[in-house]
Amino acid sequence: MKTVIAVLGATCLSLAAQVASAADKPTDPQIAHIAYSAGVIDVEAAKLALSKTQNPAVKAFAESMQKDHTTVNEMALKLAKKLNVTPENNTTSQALTDAADEKRAELAKLDGVTFDKAYIASEIAYHKQVNDALATLLIPSAENGDLKRLLETGLKLFQGHQQHAEHVAADLK
Amino acid sequence: MTALLNRRQLLAAGATLLAGNSPTRAHDGTVHVVIEKLAFLPADIEVKAGQIIEWTNKDAFAHTATVKSSWEVLIPPKEVATHVAAAGDSVDYYCRFHPNMKGKITVLV
Ligand SMILES: [Cu+2]
Repeated sequence: MKTVIAVLGATCLSLAAQVASAADKPTDPQIAHIAYSAGVIDVEAAKLALSKTQNPAVKAFAESMQKDHTTVNEMALKLAKKLNVTPENNTTSQALTDAADEKRAELAKLDGVTFDKAYIASEIAYHKQVNDALATLLIPSAENGDLKRLLETGLKLFQGHQQHAEHVAADLK
Repeated sequence: MTALLNRRQLLAAGATLLAGNSPTRAHDGTVHVVIEKLAFLPADIEVKAGQIIEWTNKDAFAHTATVKSSWEVLIPPKEVATHVAAAGDSVDYYCRFHPNMKGKITVLV
């Protein structure tokens, strides 16, 4: 599990080098918890953005994040129930959540265009980080086929979010 | 009732065409595009000006068919939306919410 923290915590490190031994592979209940936590984090960020932004493009982006991540998490809960899997809290989920809490506190102090730019930049970095973790670690580690497929759909969705954020960022300049 | 039957027949025809690999060709009125797992299927379509393009969104997520600096169609989750092809609609389009979803429309002359 140390590997997962490294991947999620430091995007600039080579991911290939991070995915070390099979012993470090997260289990399905842990993967489910990490993916779910990642969704909750982005919904919280979206709520903050919706309480602050006056920019229509930023608002549309945040609304899309809130809806899409809520929907994926509902799908994840439904799947967990079907598979009789209880998502298991773990150090990676905790590290993700702690980092997000810090980031949100930082963003909460900003306003106007400064907030918009910082929020969108943070969303680009965040989705990049989660996508890297999904592609190089979480998807390859998933044992259950249904879970793997849901994560693959999640990856496509989050890659779309990253590009959406990049488009919004380009227009904010 | 007749209209409903015709519509069903059109949908069946669209589904048959979707099975092929070549771009979906314009037929009697409507050209169908299915959205599933964040992809336009088929991605490339051929239409005649005046024909209807119909997107069926099977995803639980909202999508759009957006032509940059031109038109946009919002396609809510599990719903259908349409656009009437204009003569100048030979365009690349994408989903504004998920720009990795891409499609192409060619208007046949
Ligand atoms: Cu979309």
